Formats: sequence, C-alpha cells, structure tokens
Amino acid sequence: MNLENKRKVESFIALALSGLAAAVGLFWLTYILIDVLINGIGALKVSLFLNDPAPAGVEGGGLRNAFVGQLMITFTATLIGVPVGVLGGTFLAEYARGRKISRAISILSDIMVSVPSIVVGAFVYAILVRPLHHFSGWAGAFALSIIMIPVVLRTTEDMLSLVPWTLREAAFALGAPYYKVIIQVVYRGAATGILTGVLLSIARVAGETAPLLFTSFNNNFHSTDMSGPMASLTVTIFQYAMGPYKSWHTQAWGASFVITLFILALTILGRMIIKWRYKR
Amino acid sequence: MSSNVDIEVRNLDFYYNGDIHALRDISFPIYRNKVTALIGPSGCGKTTLLRCFNRMHDLYPRHRYAGEIVFQGDNILNEGFDLISLRSRIGMVFQKPTPFPMSISENISYGLRLKGITRKGELAERIERALKHSVLWDEVKDKLESSAYDLSGGQQQRLCIARALAVEPEVLLFDEPTSALDPISTSKIEELVVNLKKDVTIIIVTHNMQQAARVSDLTGFMYLGELIEFGTTEKIFTNPDKKQTDDYITGRFG
Repeated sequence: MNLENKRKVESFIALALSGLAAAVGLFWLTYILIDVLINGIGALKVSLFLNDPAPAGVEGGGLRNAFVGQLMITFTATLIGVPVGVLGGTFLAEYARGRKISRAISILSDIMVSVPSIVVGAFVYAILVRPLHHFSGWAGAFALSIIMIPVVLRTTEDMLSLVPWTLREAAFALGAPYYKVIIQVVYRGAATGILTGVLLSIARVAGETAPLLFTSFNNNFHSTDMSGPMASLTVTIFQYAMGPYKSWHTQAWGASFVITLFILALTILGRMIIKWRYKR
Repeated sequence: MSSNVDIEVRNLDFYYNGDIHALRDISFPIYRNKVTALIGPSGCGKTTLLRCFNRMHDLYPRHRYAGEIVFQGDNILNEGFDLISLRSRIGMVFQKPTPFPMSISENISYGLRLKGITRKGELAERIERALKHSVLWDEVKDKLESSAYDLSGGQQQRLCIARALAVEPEVLLFDEPTSALDPISTSKIEELVVNLKKDVTIIIVTHNMQQAARVSDLTGFMYLGELIEFGTTEKIFTNPDKKQTDDYITGRFG
C-alpha cells in the first residue's frame, strides 16, 4: 500500500512536470503565432504585394521586391539543393551502403544540419561575395542550398534505407541493372518520404535570415537580376523591424505573417503526405 | 551429360564474408521440366545453394564461388557471364511476397520492359497470359491498375510468380515460397508449382518436408553445407541410403 502510494505520487510528479514543460513551450508558440496573426493581418493589403517600397516615412509602399526576391532565391536554392541532396542520399543508401565512407558522410551531414546558419552565410560571403566585390541573389541561393543539402540528403538516405532490401533483390532477380532498380523500384517506394523531406527542407530555408544578410543582402528596388543584390522577406523584416517608422513596422508584421503562413502550409502539406501514405 | 539435364552442378564450393565456407563440394544434376526440392535443417546452405543459380550472391561483396554450374553448356560461374540475361532466363520467387510499389499490371510489365517489350498490345496480352498462368487472373482482372499492395499475401505471392513467369524463364527458383502464407494460399501455390513444371524447370527450397514430398520429383538433402543425398523424392522419403537422411526425414533431428 505504502509502495503503491509512493508510485502514484512519483507518477503524478512526472506527469505534472512534463505537462508543465509542454504547456510552457506551447504558450510561447501560440503567443508568437497569435501576435503575428493579429499584427500581420492588418498589414495585408493588395499594395503590400504589388507596390515596391515607398521612400522612408511615406505611406502606401509595399514589399513586392522582397516577395519576388524571396521566391526567386528559395526556388533557385531548391533547384540546386534537391538534386544534390537526393543524389547524395542515393549514393549513401545504395552505392556506399554499409561502407565507412557512408557513415562518415552521414555524420558530417548531421553536423552540417546543426551548424549555425550565419556560419554558412559567412562562408558563402568569403567565396562568392568578397571575390566578386558585390552581393548577389546567386550567393543567397547558394547559401540556402548549402543549408538544404544535408537535410534532403539525410531524409533521402533514411527513406531509401526503409525500402526493404528484398524488393531490390526481386528487381535484380528479373534481370534489372542497379540504376534501373533504384530509379524504377526504390524511388517509387520512397517517393512520398523524399517529397516530404524536400518540402520540409524548403520550409526550413524559407525562414532563414542570417545567411542572406551576408550574401543576397537587400535591395530597395524591384529586381529580377540574380547577379545583383536582392531583397528577401526575412532580411526586409529584420531591417524594417529595426527601423524608426511606423509604416515599416506594419509592413514587417505583414511580411512575418505571410512567411509564417507559407512555412506552416509547407509543413502541413508535408505531414499530410506522410499521413496519406501510411493510410494506404 | 544427358539431354534432359538442364543444369549440372559440379564440385561447387561457396564462401561468403571472405572465408566462411558455406557450400562444400556439391555435385548434382537438375532435370528439365522436373521439380527439384532442397531440404535440410536451418543454416544447412539450401538457400545459399539456390542463390548460386541466379548468382544473387554477386550483389554482396567478399563472396567466392569455386567449381562449376553448367547451364545449357555454359558455366554460369564464369567471370564476366552476363548476369542480366542469366537472371531473365533463371527467375526467382522469394520467401516473402515482394510486389513492387506499383499497380498489378505494372508489376508484371516491369520485367517485360526490361527485355525491351514496350508495345501496349503485346504487354497487355503477356500480362494476361502470365496472370492466367499463375491462376490469379480471375481475381484481379477488374483491378489491374490498382496497387499490388491491396492484394492478400497469397495473391501477392502468385503475382510475384506471374511476374517471374512473364519474362518466360527456362528455370524458376523458389525460396521457401509458402513460409509466410496461410494453409489455403499454400496449397494453391503448391498446386501451381506442380502445374508449372511442364513449362519450366523448378528448384524449390523448403523447410516443410511434406511440401517437398507433395510437389517434387527429385529431392536433395543438405546438412552443414554438404549435399548428403540426392535422388528421386520417393526414394529419399521411403528408403534413403544415408542414415543422416533417414534421421532427418523421420524427425530425429533438424
């Protein structure tokens, strides 16, 4: 009886502590989301998407340059990051399966995932910005793709490893060469998992500011030239939130709202794909 | 070599992981259009032997063959033997059903496309023929485009047999094809194996001695990497020459 009571108390304490920890985390998360929602939704006007920034202090400006720049940089980063990540993951899970080199690259990727993104920004600054003497959208996209590659690579490796080895043997037993086994059988088995990883990696880099500060920098004018400095939502939020003008603050809230919504949508889409897959 | 011998195994030794001696000096014939069963206790090398016939071991590093497996005049263990054509001539069905993550018809057409058959009409015709051959057609003819994963385990295994049959192999290897199936599915597969032998030569590995007795014409008993005895199934099961064989089939060990 005594022992049973003791266990009940212990169980209650453990439950209370973990519940409290979850509540603290959730509180701040919802606080931030609601704050962004309340402040951001008021800033959502058509002009925010269609106009370029007005001169400081003048009302009616928008952030068209930042939306366009963000999309172009993220899209280019995806074009570089996804093929490299998927092919790299394929190498680790298929061609180098069980070899030391595979383990080593996996561990390095895990380290890369947790490297502070500002370090990546500084690195790209040193190799793509300094030597060329100017900031550029390409450098920004390259920095984001470096952050993206280890995420996509590790997800691809994990997803391919989940495809049962017997499935590959069955394809080999029909006389398929290895590259056809990978492309036609293994990728199909792992497709939804890899797609989810890609979406989550896009969501991850879309919210990055630090690597863009050093690389694509910012541009107050609308520009589609990737070889020059380019605006992005995150850097614009940083700059506008620090600025002295009320209209800047409002627009920063609006931009925060849009980018949060974008990342939320990608994440939910990613989760839905996982769910849809395991329901079948 | 007599004309009804399809494959002749001569002094075959096999090593994996560099030096583990898994098969020792194995010699026996595989007769055309007969079912040959390989029986023996777990770890005796029967699956290892089966996987020599389509050189499945080549997928893994540090393996070594010695001796010969002569398939219609050629030693398939020769360095540089074309494994892709070998595997389309010697098909395999695995222990667990291994449908590809595709539709039922795509599963069958996969091997056909590998052989370069892409004409729609011919594919459809050969898909139907293969599914009828494996007695699955009536169950799936209305849902050829649905996922192969929607089928039951027994149906999936018959799909895998149809997939192997579609490329019209000369030999079919079965690696304990019913060990993951229920009794009704098992009896369907056994019936199928017996019916298939008029078209292909069959080698089947089984844990189940009754199964070997029911489906096979010839039986090899293996123990610790050696082929202890090989003969007609009737003789092996009623009047074996070796005491070890007798002990195994009467259940005294293994």
